[in-house]
Amino acid sequence: MSEHNVEKDDISGVETTGHDWDGIKELNNPAPRWWLMVFYVCIAFAIGYWVIYPAWPTFSGDNERGGTKGTMGWTEYKQLKDSQAEILARRAQYLGRFEKASFSQIENDEGLRDFAVAGGKAAFKDNCATCHGTGGAGGNGYPNLNDDDWLWGGKIEDIYQTIRFGIRSGDDEARLSEMPTFGGMLTPKQISDVADFVLSKDNPTTPTAIEGKQVFADNCASCHGEKATGGREVGAPDLVDAIWLYGGTKADIMAQVTKPRHGVMPAWEHRLDRNTIRELAVYVHSLGGGEE
Amino acid sequence: MLNKHDVIEKNSFLMLILIVVVISIGGIVEVLPLFRIETTIEPIKGIRPYTPLELEGKNIYIREGCYNCHSQQIRPLRDEVERYGHYSLAAESMYDHPFQWGSKRTGPDLARVGGKYSDAWHVQHMMNPRSVVPESIMPSYAHLAHEGAHLDEIAADMRALRKTGVPYTDDMIKNAYKDALAQARNESDDFDGLQARYGTPFGHTVNARNFDGQETTTELDALIAYLQVLGTMADFKDYEPASDVGDKE
Ligand code: HEC
Ligand code: HEC
Ligand code: HEC
Repeated sequence: MSEHNVEKDDISGVETTGHDWDGIKELNNPAPRWWLMVFYVCIAFAIGYWVIYPAWPTFSGDNERGGTKGTMGWTEYKQLKDSQAEILARRAQYLGRFEKASFSQIENDEGLRDFAVAGGKAAFKDNCATCHGTGGAGGNGYPNLNDDDWLWGGKIEDIYQTIRFGIRSGDDEARLSEMPTFGGMLTPKQISDVADFVLSKDNPTTPTAIEGKQVFADNCASCHGEKATGGREVGAPDLVDAIWLYGGTKADIMAQVTKPRHGVMPAWEHRLDRNTIRELAVYVHSLGGGEE
Repeated sequence: MLNKHDVIEKNSFLMLILIVVVISIGGIVEVLPLFRIETTIEPIKGIRPYTPLELEGKNIYIREGCYNCHSQQIRPLRDEVERYGHYSLAAESMYDHPFQWGSKRTGPDLARVGGKYSDAWHVQHMMNPRSVVPESIMPSYAHLAHEGAHLDEIAADMRALRKTGVPYTDDMIKNAYKDALAQARNESDDFDGLQARYGTPFGHTVNARNFDGQETTTELDALIAYLQVLGTMADFKDYEPASDVGDKE
């Protein structure tokens, strides 16, 4: 370009571009040097990145997911594996022993027990707290796991079994029982009577409750027990204690008898690994109501 | 040297050509990988298209904007894998149009929520999230329980999805309405057909039951059917990450 414009601005001493808009002229300042440097470094960085990391799709499709592999052999999966290995190494001190130990050995070894309770507590928060409450205190329809009132059993082995296969979960090994729908089988009066009996805590004094006692003996005792103290083989709750799964008013009881809810606890066998389930069992057992 | 661009600035035709060249490079870099998309999807057994009822649930999920708070993508990071389970594979969302990935997590990731909760829990949670999770900020979706599912149009959706590559067969489309109703019942004569189309060929049993416990088939039934299948299709038993396969060769 021979007709380079050499006009200089008087004040700044910088060349102008030669464009002139009603006397307003444009200075021809170069891009700042630092800015250019950053720009070139970015380009160099990008080229290095293509070489080192998996980046480009290729047409052969043989390599890592059909693209260039990168010279470092880095993949997201390997990164995950490495970070998991790091944790495993940190846990190895206990994990090796924990895997082989029986529940009674764990109970008698303070180190292992603390290890299991800590792991179980974290897993409980992620998987169980939404139903059983953050501290395992339960809620309507979801049993309290802190107390010594157990539907299916409070030994570690029982708890382990419950967590592993669930309750009415559809798993082949799940704990299973169904309170019958008495809605069509008993008359409304019988249902009301039996509710009065349940409320009397096996000590009927009113006429309706006394009539209800017979209804109970005929229909309910097989699961809930002669004295209504519950039956663990079928997960039937104790009806004389002060702890209710679905509420302890007469209306609640009549509703349950008329159209029982069949509480479902999911099976965890396919979601969590064996160690985690064992940690959970130890943790739940440690919450206060664990049985020997 | 810095004045060389004079040439370009003063020659509009040359400038036009150079603009086209630069934009094409940017475009090719973005578009090229799409032509090789099949190599980026690791094969895994068990992935099937959504059943008509699940598809309706997915439509409701999108309509209600659940994705504004929930992602469906477990990244291969240790914390996520610990909390949510196996990281998501591309194949698990290959029939999702649009996919539900994302990083906006006001609530938890839902990629593997299927089977984590009971239907009853989902019903309670949708009616009023605070009734099961006291500290929840998720809105209530109680209206879904009062709205019948619009299943008569679901076959049209399936036909449209087929155009994008979802392998719905003529048989599936023809029986869409029947299959949807069969899946929302505890017992149905049409279950065998549903299972033959969506279960057996993929090694699953289709979840078929009255999800929300009401007589009618509502939008809540459809949404829960969808939630209960999320992340449960892939069979990880024989799965080997592609990177490991590469190592052995
Ligand atoms: C979808 C809600 C839900 C989730 C999630 C859940 N549970 Fe449960 N769980 C229940 C219900 C409902 C019952 C009572 C079922 C019944 O009526 O027999 C129960 C019962 C139990 C029992 C038996 C209590 C007894 O008295 O015998 C244990 C132990 C238990 N759950 C532990 C866990 C653990 C540990 C987790 C997390 C891995 C968990 N639950 C996750 C709903 C849930
Ligand atoms: C087949 C066994 C079975 C029979 C028979 C049975 N129940 Fe039950 N009952 C259960 C089970 C199991 C539960 C727990 C249900 C659940 O978790 O969903 C239960 C729960 C209850 C509850 C709720 C307890 C609570 O803590 O909230 C009441 C009340 C009750 N039954 C009363 C009765 C009465 C009254 C009868 C007789 C008319 C009866 N049941 C017959 C198995 C039985
Ligand atoms: C305003 C944000 C928001 C929206 C919109 C929202 N959620 Fe949530 N969701 C949450 C939060 C926060 C939680 C965690 C607390 C809880 O369990 O309620 C959650 C939890 C959940 C869970 C339980 C997940 C788990 O693993 O514990 C499910 C399932 C769910 N949401 C489904 C939905 C569906 C379906 C929709 C749309 C109909 C939806 N959410 C819309 C915020 C939201």
